[in-house]
Amino acid sequence: MTILFSKRAVEDFRNNRLLNIITLLTISLSILIVCAFILFFINTNEIMNLWEKGLRVMAYLKPELPDSQLRGLTRQIQSISGVEKVRFISKKEALIQLKEQMKRQASLFDHLDENPLPDAFEVQLSAANQTWDKVEFIAAKIEAIDEIQEVEYGQRWLGRYTNIFNLFKLTGYTMCGIFFMASVFIVANTIRLVIYSRRDEIEIMRLVGAEERFIKMPFYFQGLMQGAAGAGISLVILYVAYLAIASNIEQGLFSGQFHVRFLSPLMLGTIIFISMLVGWFGSYLSLKQYLKV
Amino acid sequence: MIETDAQSSIIRMFHVHHNYGAHRALVDITLDISKNDFVFITGPSGAGKTTLLKLLYLAESVSEGQILIDGMNLSRVPRKRIPFLRRKFGIIFQDYKLIASRTVFDNVSLVLEAAGKKRRLIQKKVRSVLRLVGMEDQQNTFPPSLSGGEQQRVAVARAIVGDPKIILADEPTGSLDDDSANIIMGLLNGVHIRGATVIIATHDKDLISKTGGRVLSLKQGRLEESAFAEKHYDNSIF
Repeated sequence: MTILFSKRAVEDFRNNRLLNIITLLTISLSILIVCAFILFFINTNEIMNLWEKGLRVMAYLKPELPDSQLRGLTRQIQSISGVEKVRFISKKEALIQLKEQMKRQASLFDHLDENPLPDAFEVQLSAANQTWDKVEFIAAKIEAIDEIQEVEYGQRWLGRYTNIFNLFKLTGYTMCGIFFMASVFIVANTIRLVIYSRRDEIEIMRLVGAEERFIKMPFYFQGLMQGAAGAGISLVILYVAYLAIASNIEQGLFSGQFHVRFLSPLMLGTIIFISMLVGWFGSYLSLKQYLKV
Repeated sequence: MIETDAQSSIIRMFHVHHNYGAHRALVDITLDISKNDFVFITGPSGAGKTTLLKLLYLAESVSEGQILIDGMNLSRVPRKRIPFLRRKFGIIFQDYKLIASRTVFDNVSLVLEAAGKKRRLIQKKVRSVLRLVGMEDQQNTFPPSLSGGEQQRVAVARAIVGDPKIILADEPTGSLDDDSANIIMGLLNGVHIRGATVIIATHDKDLISKTGGRVLSLKQGRLEESAFAEKHYDNSIF
C-alpha cells in the first residue's frame, strides 16, 4: 500500500507540476531562511563561547600599597567562589608587557619618567563560572575590597553584545514561527488546489467503495514528500553557500582561529523531519477542511 | 407492493420518499428485487430513476421509509461503513466516470486497490476482466483517447471486477450508437447469467424490449407499474 500511495503522490506531483514546483520552491525558501538563521546562531554562539572562555578579571590596586598586604589580598580574592587562580602583576611587569605589545610605538615610552601603571591581580575564573552573569558577580565582589581601586573585565562590551545577540535570537525564533506557519499554509493551499483538481477522481473513488484512508493517504504522502524535498533543496543550497563563504569569513574575520561550523547530522535530520511534519500538517489541515468523506 | 419473498430478496424498499427541498423526487416507493433479477427502471426524464439508484448506493439518503440491501438496513449504516456497502455494487454511469489521468488498467484496478486486494490478484483479475470486455489490448491507453463505446466497456469492466452482487447502470447506453449499446447490454447479460442482480435505469423502450426483464415504471416519482418484458433480442454472441 505504501508503494501504491507513494506512486499516486508522485503522479499527483506530475499532473500538477507547476503548482507543486511553486510550493516546493516556497517551502525551500522558507526553510533556507530558517536554516541560515540557525547556522548564524550556532556560529555566533560558538564565537561568544570562545570569547567568554577568555574572560578574566583584572583588579587594579590602589597606589603605594605595602607588599605585606599582598599575600592577604591574594588569599582574600582566591577565597571568592568561582575564582580559580590569582596572579599578581606588578606595575613593573605590566610596563614590560605593555612595551612588548607596543613594540612598534616604542618611542612613546622614551620620555616616561614614572611608571603610570598600577599593580594588579589577574583573576582567572573556573570553567563553570565563565558566563557573563557570573563574571559580573565575581567582579563586583572583588571591587568591594578596600584595597582595590578598579576592576576591569576587559570585554565589558561583550555584555552589550550578548543582549543584542539575545534580541537577534528572539527575532530569529519569531521568524522561524512565521515561516513555519507560512509553509504550513502554502502546503495546505496546494493540497486544497490538488483536491479541487481531483474532485471527480475522488468522487469516483468514493463510488467504487474506497475508504477515507485510501483517498486521503496519497495527499499525506504528497505533503510529506513536499516537506522532505523542500528541506533537501534548501539544505543543498545552504551547504553550497556555506562552502563559498565559510573560508572567507574564517580567514578574513578570525585570521583562521575560528572554524565556521555547518549543521550537525542530527540537526540536518531534525530539519528534514520538521519540514516533513510541516508538509504533513499542511495536508492534514486541507483534508480536514475540504475533504469530508 | 412486495412481490417476492424476503428470503430471496436482495433489495427491499418500504414506503421510501425522497425530497430535494420542496421537490418530491420519489414518493412512497415500495418494492422488492430478488437475487439475480434483471430489472429495468424506466420512465421519462425527471421521473426519479437516477435518484432511486442513488438511494441504493447511499449517494443520497431517504427522506422517509427504509431500504434493505442484502439484509442491511441503509438507515443504520454508519458513515464509516458506507464504502463497504458500496463494494456490494458495481456502478455504471451514462458519462462513464473514468479517471482521465489513469490508464484503462488503473481505472479498473482502482476497485480492487480500494478493497485492499493483493497486487498479484489485482493484476490477474483486471487482465481477465479486460479480456472479457474486449479491452485487453488497450489496457495502457488513457480513457480520453477511447471511443464512447470503449469507455463504457471499461466502465463495465470496473463495475464487475470486484464481483459485486448488484450491478447498477444509469442510462448505460444513453450516449452510445446501436452497435456499442448492443455490446454493453450483452456484457450486462453475461454478468446476470453469472449470478449478479442487474438494475438498469433507462428511458429507452427499444433497449428494454430487445433485452427483456422485469420493468419498473416511474412517473413523477411514483412507481406506476411493475411488469415483465419479453426478450426480442439475440444475445447468443455472449
